[in-house]
Amino acid sequence: MTSELTIGFLPLVDACLPILAHEHGFAEEAGVSLRLVKDMSWATVLDRLLYGHSDAAHLVVPLAIATTLGRGRPAQPLAVPFVLGLNGNAVTLRPQLAQRVRPEGRIGEPAQVGAGLRKIVQERLAAGNPLRFGVVHRYSSHNYMLRYWLAACGIQPDRDVEITTVAPPFCADALAQGDVDGICVGEPWNSVAVEQGAGEIVLSTAQIWRRGVEKVLAMREPVLDEKRDAVEALIRALCRAGAHFVDPANWEQNAAILARPEYLDGSAELIRRAISDQLLIARGGALIHYPDFMFQYREAANFPWVSQAEWLYTQMVRWDSLQFDAGDAAKAARVFRPDVYRAALLGTGEPLPGASSKVEGSLAARTVVGTQQGAMMLEANSFFDGKVFDPHHIEGYLAGLP
Amino acid sequence: MRIAIIDESAARASIIQEGLATLEDCELFVVTDRRGLLARVAGFDPDIVLMDLGNPSRDVLEEYFAVSRALQRPIAMFVDESDDESIIASVDAGVSSYVVDGLAPNRIRPILDLAVTRFNAFSRLQRDLAEAKGQLAERDAVDKAKRILMDTRGLPEPKAYAEMRKAAMNQGKRIVDIAEAIVTAHKLMGGA
Repeated sequence: MTSELTIGFLPLVDACLPILAHEHGFAEEAGVSLRLVKDMSWATVLDRLLYGHSDAAHLVVPLAIATTLGRGRPAQPLAVPFVLGLNGNAVTLRPQLAQRVRPEGRIGEPAQVGAGLRKIVQERLAAGNPLRFGVVHRYSSHNYMLRYWLAACGIQPDRDVEITTVAPPFCADALAQGDVDGICVGEPWNSVAVEQGAGEIVLSTAQIWRRGVEKVLAMREPVLDEKRDAVEALIRALCRAGAHFVDPANWEQNAAILARPEYLDGSAELIRRAISDQLLIARGGALIHYPDFMFQYREAANFPWVSQAEWLYTQMVRWDSLQFDAGDAAKAARVFRPDVYRAALLGTGEPLPGASSKVEGSLAARTVVGTQQGAMMLEANSFFDGKVFDPHHIEGYLAGLP
Repeated sequence: MRIAIIDESAARASIIQEGLATLEDCELFVVTDRRGLLARVAGFDPDIVLMDLGNPSRDVLEEYFAVSRALQRPIAMFVDESDDESIIASVDAGVSSYVVDGLAPNRIRPILDLAVTRFNAFSRLQRDLAEAKGQLAERDAVDKAKRILMDTRGLPEPKAYAEMRKAAMNQGKRIVDIAEAIVTAHKLMGGA
C-alpha cells in the first residue's frame, strides 16, 4: 500500500531532489506518494513541520539543530535522515566592490578575496558606515559559511561588519538599492543579481568548505518513528533522484521541471547553469565552470555524517556566544540519523560508509574509505584555512578558532 | 494594546483590521509594504505583531526580534505550550503572532482568536470569489457555443441549448464541457 508524505520546501534549486523524486515517479515506485508544499520563508516551513501540516521539510541545516536545542522557541527534537545536498551557495558583492577584491573574469581565492575585502571593511568602518551583508536566515549554512570565511580573514563578523537577514527573492533588489553590500545566498538568486547588474559573484561557498553541508530533509522525531517505512522508501527515491539530477543527459529536462510555477517559478536557463556548475560571475562576461559548485549525490553526499552536525553545533556556540555544553553537543549530534539512512539503503546499490563520523576538512587528496556496502572514494575535502575539525575534540577546536 | 498587522494583501489586512477594531483599548497599525518594514514596526513599538504565514519577510522580522537592540522591549514568537490548540488553529488559518515579553497568554488569546476568525473569513471570501469567477467563465462559454450553433445551423436559441444538453446527457458530460468543445472546434475550423 502506498503511503503519503507531505514535504515543505522553499523555491530554491537545492529543493530539487524531493521535486524530482515526485515528478519522475521515483517516489511512487518506491511505494510513497509525495505532496509538496511551497512556502516563502523558513519560519513558515518550520511552523508547518512543527504543527503537523507537513511530515518532512527541505530545511537549512542549522535551523534543524537550533530547533532541537530550543534556540528562539521551545525545544522540539528534529531528525535528519538524509542530506539534500552540499554547498551550492555563493558570495555576491555590489559590482564596484567585487571588482576591487576579485581577479578579472574569474572567482577569487577565499584568502585573497578576504584580504582585499578587509581593506574595504576598514575603510567603511573608519567612515562610520560598516559593510553590510545579507544572509537568508541567522540559522543557515550561508550565515555560518560567510562568518567562517570573514573571521578567518581577520574580519570579526559581529564587530567589523553588519550581517542581516534578507529573503532570497529580495537579495538582488537589496543589492541594487544599496540596502546591503553583499549577499550569501543559494541559486538562482546570485545569478538573478548578476543578470540584473546588481551584483557580481566573488566566491562560491564550496571554496570555503569544499564539502560543506547545506540543506537537509528534516522531520519531527516522533513522525520519523511513526512513518518509518514511508521515510525509508522516500530515502531510496531521493537517492534515485540524486543520480538522475547529476547526469548531464537530464540537466535540460530537470531545469525545465524545477522552473515551473508550482516549484521555483523562475528561469530554466539560470537553473540549468547552477545544476551544471556554471556561473556567470559578472553581467556580460563569460560563463565559468566551477566543479562541484552544487554537490547532490556523489561520494554518498546525502549521508548524514554525525560530525557535520557537531561542526554546526560549534558554529552555533561561536556565533550565538554560548558556552560549550556537552549535553547540547550530544543532542545536536543526535539530530543526524545515519542509522535511518543505512537501514533504508541496505541491500541497494548505494554505497554506505563504514563509519558514521569523520574528521571534517582532513582530506587533502582523494582517499578510499572503508564501507559497510559498496566502494567509496572521497575527494579532497578541506576548509580554505586548513583547519581540521575532529569531533572528539570539540572544545579544543572551538578554542583554536579566531 | 498596540497591535501591528503585517500583510502584503491590503484586502486581507483591512478585513483583519476591521475585526480587531471591535476590541476595546487596542490601537492598530497596518503595514502592507515590504519596504521599510522594520523601521515602521520599531516606530510603532507594538505589543503584538500579526503576520501572514505566506509573507516572505517573516525570517527578516524574526531575526530582527531576536537580535535587534533597536527594540525597547523584547518580542518573541507566541508559542503557548499550555494552549497548543489555539496556536494550531492560527497556523491552520495562516497567521503567525509575535508578542512582547511578559504579556499574559489570556490577554493574547482573544486577539489571536479574532485574527484567526478574520483570516478564515477572508479565505472563504476568496474561495467564493474564485467560484463566482469560474461560474461566470462557464456561462460565457455556454453563451458562445449557443451563438455558434444558432449561426452555423440556423437554430433558434432554445433549440441550440437543448442540443447541447442532449449531447451532454448522451456523453455523460457537463454542458460546459460540450460548450467548450464547440467553441474550440469552431476556432480550429477558422471561426472567430
